Amino acid sequence: MRFMVLVPGDADTEAGVMPTTKQLEEMTAYNEELVKAGVMIGGDGLHPTSKGAKVRFDGGTKTVTDGPFTEAKELVAGYWLWECASREEAIEWLKRAPFDGGTEVEIRQVFDMSDFDDQMTPELREANERLVAGETANRERPGA
Amino acid sequence: MTTPATRATIDAIWRIESAKLVAGLTRSLRDVGLAEELAQDAFVAALEQWPTGGVPDEPGAWLMTVAKRRGIDQLRRRTTFERKQEQLIHEISVLERLEDPAFAAAEQPVEDDVLRLVFLTCHPAVPVEGRIALTLKIVGGLTSAEIARAFLTREPTIAQRIVRAKRTLAAVRAPFELPSGDELQQRLAPVLDVVYLVFNEGYAASRGDDWIRPELCGDALRLARILAALRPNEPEVLGLQALLELQASRLHARSTADGTPIRLEDQDRARWDRLLVRRGLAALDRLTALETPLGPYGLQAEIAACHARATSVPATNWPRIVALYDALATITGSPVVELNRAVAVAMAFGPDAGLELVDALADDPRLAGYHLVDTVRGDLLERAGRTVDARAAFLRAAERCENGAERGVLLARANACVD
Repeated sequence: MRFMVLVPGDADTEAGVMPTTKQLEEMTAYNEELVKAGVMIGGDGLHPTSKGAKVRFDGGTKTVTDGPFTEAKELVAGYWLWECASREEAIEWLKRAPFDGGTEVEIRQVFDMSDFDDQMTPELREANERLVAGETANRERPGA
Repeated sequence: MTTPATRATIDAIWRIESAKLVAGLTRSLRDVGLAEELAQDAFVAALEQWPTGGVPDEPGAWLMTVAKRRGIDQLRRRTTFERKQEQLIHEISVLERLEDPAFAAAEQPVEDDVLRLVFLTCHPAVPVEGRIALTLKIVGGLTSAEIARAFLTREPTIAQRIVRAKRTLAAVRAPFELPSGDELQQRLAPVLDVVYLVFNEGYAASRGDDWIRPELCGDALRLARILAALRPNEPEVLGLQALLELQASRLHARSTADGTPIRLEDQDRARWDRLLVRRGLAALDRLTALETPLGPYGLQAEIAACHARATSVPATNWPRIVALYDALATITGSPVVELNRAVAVAMAFGPDAGLELVDALADDPRLAGYHLVDTVRGDLLERAGRTVDARAAFLRAAERCENGAERGVLLARANACVD
């Protein structure tokens, strides 16, 4: 099973403050442990929300709001992708992470292709295949 | 703050801690058999205590402390019996080490201890089945029941294999150390083979009704990733990792929802896992950057990469695959590789060219009874439009195939030939 671990941002990550040497050492050691256990399969850090934007969809109107975002729950500073045998294993790995100070880190299971089997029509499948094949997707809207 | 632990949580912790625990114990006891036994005792203690008492803050240290205490108790009891002097001296020295205050150092495994452990569990003196069981148990952190389920055998059989393997390791006095120089290369081969065999059993099960057992592929992939993280500059380690990442990327596309195998040419390539493809190609890039000649796993990874990069079967670089199989056949001398090469030749230069090679292989005694020869012949005959011969070949293949799902496909293909 694949899991995404969402690491929240805070005032420091928003201000672009780099972690201390000690924090970096701890996080590096933790990351190394994950890699050497064959668990870590991906991950990235994200720039502060001041470099991001939001698009709001409402009845055909699209409203763009530039960052920074103000609500704490909207702040994501980075993510990991882990391959684990169970949700419990992902939780146990996360419990070993060097966080503190009330930080809440979220674990979410990632869908894989077979989860969509019931929803995928042959047309959707074909469109997907075209995309993977690197061809330009058919831009015509259905029925147009 | 202590919440009761479920069995799933304890199993998860075991999966995380098992290899480090056994490695740490083996380092100080210099006896992997005893180390594994004590680690098991600690696991049983966790199963007894954690469901009500909750998981301790440092579960790894807890397990190590319990294992150590059990070791001391057990040895104190044992040494009171009359034993051979040599055995007694050994046990007293083990006891001394367990009671040494410096033992605490063992709680933190030394760099590469897990790798030392893998070299022990894959020791060439142990028969392959024993190596597989011991490696999955100790390094992979699987229970005997899980291993038995994965290999469609009974738990006592697996337990027996593990006992025998440990006995062999004790008999040959296998050391807990990293081989170096030429010996490293020699010792690495059986390690990689164990991982590859585990993956293959999951990827195309030799027995039973399920053709694919994804959990087994996952366990092998995890072991390959661990090895690649521990030895990132070892060409064949990277080759194996690349190969397994690329093969695993097709896992979801290789069978229908009801488990019927789907051939490569009929697979929906949109279902190939792009993350695994990327990881496989990245491992292959690291291998290429080492600028060393490719070994068997590196070559197979290159072949898998040809498929991964192609958008369809006709768009595949078959001449390159033929060249890679040429190199692989030269290194391995394996008739199975020759058979695969025949398929690639057929794809590159037409079915007749492939059939010529398959016919030349038909008399090879090493392939006697191997159903894939007839499967390939049937496939090539069908492509050549010789449906009557193709049907006969598919029927012969079905007769020899021991996997239920695959046999079904072969029979269906035989029946389709008379249309």
